[in-house]
Amino acid sequence: MSRKIPFEPLLWGAALAMPWLLDSLGEAYYIGFATRVLIFALAATSLNFVVGYGGLVAFGHAAFFGLGAYVVALAMQAGLSSAWLAWPLAMALAALTAFAIGLVSLRTRGVYFIMITLAFAQMIYYTVVSFKLAGGEDGLPLAQRSTLAPFDLAEDATLYWVALGLLAASLYGLKRLAASRFGHALAGVRQNPLRMEALGYPVRALQLACFVIGAAVAGLAGALLANQNGMASPAMLYWTQSGLLLVMVILGGVGHRYGGLFGAAALLGLEEALALFTEHSHLYVGLALLAVISFAPAGLAGLAGKRRRG
Amino acid sequence: MTALLEAIGLKKHFGGVWATNGVDLALAEHELHALIGPNGAGKTTLIHLVSGSLRPDAGRLRLAGRDITARSMHERVAMGITRSFQISQVFSELTALENVRLAVQGRRSDAGSSFRFWRPASAEVWMIEEAEEWLGQVGLAEQAGCLARELAYGERRALELAMALATRPRILLLDEPMAGLGPEEAERMTHLLAALKGKLTMLLIEHDMEVVFKLADRLSVLVEGRILTTGTPETVRADPAVRRAYLGEERA
Repeated sequence: MSRKIPFEPLLWGAALAMPWLLDSLGEAYYIGFATRVLIFALAATSLNFVVGYGGLVAFGHAAFFGLGAYVVALAMQAGLSSAWLAWPLAMALAALTAFAIGLVSLRTRGVYFIMITLAFAQMIYYTVVSFKLAGGEDGLPLAQRSTLAPFDLAEDATLYWVALGLLAASLYGLKRLAASRFGHALAGVRQNPLRMEALGYPVRALQLACFVIGAAVAGLAGALLANQNGMASPAMLYWTQSGLLLVMVILGGVGHRYGGLFGAAALLGLEEALALFTEHSHLYVGLALLAVISFAPAGLAGLAGKRRRG
Repeated sequence: MTALLEAIGLKKHFGGVWATNGVDLALAEHELHALIGPNGAGKTTLIHLVSGSLRPDAGRLRLAGRDITARSMHERVAMGITRSFQISQVFSELTALENVRLAVQGRRSDAGSSFRFWRPASAEVWMIEEAEEWLGQVGLAEQAGCLARELAYGERRALELAMALATRPRILLLDEPMAGLGPEEAERMTHLLAALKGKLTMLLIEHDMEVVFKLADRLSVLVEGRILTTGTPETVRADPAVRRAYLGEERA
C-alpha cells in the first residue's frame, strides 16, 4: 500500500457518515450491526493493549466486559439511568476487579497466567449467574437505554456516534500512551521483564497498571453493549466471550493500534455475511482465522499497512 | 573501614548443592573488588543474591548499614546496586540510544516516575541527551541509531555497560564483562573499567587473571560456595591455599 493513501481520515470519514449512508440506502437495520462492531472493536482494542502492548496473554477479559454491562443494568434497576454516572461506575468496578485479579495473577507467567485469569473470570461468571438480583441465567434487561444528556441515546444513530467517539478517543489515547514514558517502559517489560527489573523498573506494578487500564476500557465497552442489546447477559461474561475477543485481536493484529478494530470488523462482518448463506458460519470463520495466522501472522492491520504501534 | 555493602553468612542451595555456603563479604566504598574462583564456585549465584534476582536461604545483606535482604531487585537498583549480565540482555528490537534512554528513565531517584501516561517521552530531550553521553563514554556514539541486534558482539557488551552506568549505581556488579571479547575489545573494556575506578564501587567477576591483577584493589577467592581468602592482589597471589585451590588448576 502506498504511503500516500490517507488511510486514517478515509476510515474515520466513512465511519462518521455510516448512519446517513445506511439510511439513504434504506438499510437502517445495519446501524445496529455497525454499532456492535464499534463496541467489540473497543473491547478488542482494550484486550490488545493488555496482550499486544503489555505482553500479558489474559484469557479472562470477558469478566470486565460483562461486569461493565451488569453495572449499567443494575444501576438502571436501582433507578440510576444517567450514563454520565453509570458508565464511569462500570469502568471503575471493572478496574477495581482487575486490580484484585491482577495482584494475584501477575505472580504467575505464561500458561499459568492464562489459566488463572480464565479461572477468575469463570468464578465471576458463576457468581453473577447465581445472583438472583442480576437475573440469573436469563440476564438482566434494561428498561430503557442510558440517558446521556444532551444526546438522545434512544436514537440508534446517536448510540452509534457515541460508540464511534469513544472508540476514536480510546485509539487516540492508545497512541499517546504508547509514546509516553509508561508506553516505553511497558514495551521494555514486554520484551525483557528481567532486564527492566534490573534497570530499576517496578515491573509488576507496570503490568498491573496495564491490566487495570485494559479492564476499565473493557468495562466501558460492556456498558455500551448493554445499551445496544437492551440487556446484560451471562454470555458476555462466559469464557467463550474472552476467546472471541482474543480471536479478534489475533485476526486484527496483536500489538497494532488498529488490530482490535480490524479484528472486530472482520470477524463480525464475516459472521454476518456467512449467516446469509450457511448455517455453518463458525466453520468458515475458523478457516479464515487459520488462513490469517498462516499467511499474515501480523494480522489484518499488518497487511493493510506496514504501520506498527503508532 | 566501614563497608558500603556487607554480606553476612549468605547461603543458597539448589537441590542438594550449596551454591553459596556461608559467604561473608564486605565492599569498601569506591574499591574495585574482584571475585575469582573455578567454574561452579558460585560466583554468578553470589551476584544474583546481591542484585536481588535470587533470595538467600540464610544470611543478611546490608547496604551502608541498612538491611536490604528482603528488598526486591528493582528496589535495590533504586538504592544504587546495579548488575550487568554475563550474556548481554539488551533490548534487541530497540536502538542503542533507546536502550540507554530506558535505563535513564528507570532512574526513579532523579528521573521521576514511569507512571506518566500522556506526554511523549521523546519530548523529554534531556533523557536523550544524557543517553547520548553514556553511549559516547563507552565508545558507541556512532552506533546510537542502530538496532541493538545489529550491533557486533563487543558493541553489545559495551551497550550493556552503558545501560548499567546510566542507572547511576553506587555499586556496580559486573558478571564477566570481557567474556567472549576479542583481545582488542577486551583491552578497551579494561580501559573503560579502569576509568571508572574511584568513581563507584565495583564487584567484578573475571576469568582473565591478568585483567584482575591489573584492575582490582582487592580480590576474594570463591571456592565451593565459600570465600577462601580476601586481600590485595599481591597477598592473594602469594597465598599457598589459593595456589593449590585455584591458580594451580588454571596452569594445569
